[in-house]
Amino acid sequence: MEGKSSYGGNMEYLKATELKLGPPGTDIRQEATSGVSTRPKKRAMTGPTEQHTKSKVQVVGWPPVRPQRMNSFRARRNETVDESGGVYVKVSMDGAPYLRNIDLKILHGYKELRTILEGMFKCSSLGGAEGYDEEGYAITYEDKDGDLMLVGDVPWEMFVSSCKRLRIMKGSEARGLS
Amino acid sequence: MKVQSAMFYFPEEVIEHIFSFLTHHPDRNTVSTVCKAWYKIERLSRCEVFVGNCYAIRPDRAAARFPGLRSLTLKGKPHFADFDLVPPDWGGLAGPWIEAMARSCPNLEELRMKRMVVSDESLELLVHAFPNFKALVLVSCEGFSTDGLAAVARSCKSLRELDLQENEIEDRGPRWLNSFPDMCTSLVSLNFACLKGEVNLKSLERLVCRSPNLKCLRLNRAVPVETLAKIMNQCPNLEDLGTGSLLADQFSEAYVSLISALQKCKKLRSLSGFWDASPLCLLAVYPICANLTGLNLSYAPTVQGQDFINLIQHCVKLLRLWVLDSVGDKGLAVVASACKELQELRVFPSDLFAAGPATVTEEGLVAISTGCPKLNSLLYFCHSMTNSALITVSKNCPNFTRFRLCILEPRKPDPATNEPLDEGFGAVVKTCKNLRRFSISGLLTDQVFYYIGKYAKALEMLSIAFAGDTDQGMTYVLNGCKNLRKLEIRDCPFGDGALLADVTKYETMRSLWMSSCDISLRGCKALATKMPSLNVEIINEWEAEMEENLNNGVAEVISNNNNKHINNGNDERKVEKLYVYRTVGGPRTDAPDFVWTL
Repeated sequence: MEGKSSYGGNMEYLKATELKLGPPGTDIRQEATSGVSTRPKKRAMTGPTEQHTKSKVQVVGWPPVRPQRMNSFRARRNETVDESGGVYVKVSMDGAPYLRNIDLKILHGYKELRTILEGMFKCSSLGGAEGYDEEGYAITYEDKDGDLMLVGDVPWEMFVSSCKRLRIMKGSEARGLS
Repeated sequence: MKVQSAMFYFPEEVIEHIFSFLTHHPDRNTVSTVCKAWYKIERLSRCEVFVGNCYAIRPDRAAARFPGLRSLTLKGKPHFADFDLVPPDWGGLAGPWIEAMARSCPNLEELRMKRMVVSDESLELLVHAFPNFKALVLVSCEGFSTDGLAAVARSCKSLRELDLQENEIEDRGPRWLNSFPDMCTSLVSLNFACLKGEVNLKSLERLVCRSPNLKCLRLNRAVPVETLAKIMNQCPNLEDLGTGSLLADQFSEAYVSLISALQKCKKLRSLSGFWDASPLCLLAVYPICANLTGLNLSYAPTVQGQDFINLIQHCVKLLRLWVLDSVGDKGLAVVASACKELQELRVFPSDLFAAGPATVTEEGLVAISTGCPKLNSLLYFCHSMTNSALITVSKNCPNFTRFRLCILEPRKPDPATNEPLDEGFGAVVKTCKNLRRFSISGLLTDQVFYYIGKYAKALEMLSIAFAGDTDQGMTYVLNGCKNLRKLEIRDCPFGDGALLADVTKYETMRSLWMSSCDISLRGCKALATKMPSLNVEIINEWEAEMEENLNNGVAEVISNNNNKHINNGNDERKVEKLYVYRTVGGPRTDAPDFVWTL
């Protein structure tokens, strides 16, 4: 028995003698159904520093947990993302005595955001180009890195995931951002 | 000697009466081997039959031997089928058994099956053949739908028990509950927690109303708090309750109703379910916690942190606890201080992808072992474990009969010392003389198997994964564990040498499973040749797949003859999955393409 007999190695030998469909070099097994187990390719006993070629998630049947529990994990993971209560960010407006909170998850785009903010701060002057207006207000936000950014530059989804708080700035400061 | 000859002068009825005190089936098996007369008396009077491997004997033969049987327990697929290691359509069919019973055993009242494939047609046959059928228990089974359940409900005038645990049931609608006839008032135990779909709530309430003997009721997630409250008001004598979804608004009538209903259930000893449990609904449960002996929170990830602690500290009489690892070491510490009578603990992983801040470690286990010395059954999933913790645990709890530890990362060493966990697991087998079931994990060398072979004399079932260095490891186990019945191995470097080290051993065992090891076709063939009393089965999905592709493809027509594969000369091929079991039934007649009996 070879000390380092790799299962993968013997499968190579087997492959060479088997009939295959498809051009040479294609591995039929990769097209085989997912019902077949993947296997750790190395069986060498090199101890704790041995690298696993597969992460633990990909080893079939490991950890030994019944499918009903596995499925409830997956469901749970999805649930936590959805039930996290949306993406609430604080909105401040220069000069306003108190802040508001807004759930970005329920909005569908910048246009809707502006509409909602107009409604919240009763500022009809928040019109014009995305986030910026001659009359003096700009909608800005603080991103993950703590930088002050003008709303509207990046795709909506990216904005939702990176926005930490919103700030409606007065014109004189705002112009510096454009 | 004197006693034995005296026995021959007793009429058969007397001997039969004496045998009736033997309920433990191994004892009855032993008694039946004494002499022909005892064999005959025993078999005709046997009421309960346990078949640990449905392929160990042909159904007809079992039915013919025990014509008077009332209760049959059957187990089908190998244990690793629970983890998707056995392909679908492997077998374990209940049909032939039910047909045989219908032909030869008119007194059948109870059927318990685990890991078997049962069809709706089989269920219908069952209830039509046995109009007095009383108890159906299905664990980890599949192949049937709610239509089959409807047939069972409809036809059984005196059904006492319908217990469905962790089955895969095809949902064809909630009508099955309506099928219990109005005159059916005999239910004692109803468990449909594993059903994924809706149930007819009105039918459920009516059913419960007319079941005065109901002791155990386990609902599924679709049953809301309102219905639960109504049901609880109807059964103050309930002993075992599995809740439905426990999501409720604190000001709702349902919640208030639930509190008062639960308080009336003085006999409630076991609780499970807890889906979506809000902290508020947990409050409703506090008043009954002091009497609980069993608690299953393993499907309730919402019960963690302080909520869990508040709940568990009241459960002073708890014997069995199933939780998720999200309760953390902190939660386990509270368990250790409150639940002094604890005998069984299972801690399941809540997130397989990362060790979150609140998962359990060796500290939690050590705390439990310190606080709960009566602990005898453990299933513990964790991200790491140390030798010293295991040594401490075994010192504190020498009474383990079942010890299963699963370290989530394969081959992980003791993080404190970077050494294998041989000494830790070795300590468990050295101290726990009554250990019957053992599952090990983490980085392990042949040394741990040396310990197991030397000390684990009572061991009956051993599960090994990603462990060992050489054939010697497996050989230690085969040679040393006198009472070994089931051995299941995956991803270990054991080869033909180990497989063939002690071939007669397998005749004393129920089964051997080896997958992703280092055995070859040559070794398996040698085993089959030497031991004709065993079925040596190989599962080779690769080959069957290729065969199918070839048959469907343009190339030559190849006959679907298994022998062609087995005997095409290349015996050095590694065997992906091997399942060996003793049998008097000969090779399986229902083996699918990918199962080859050598």
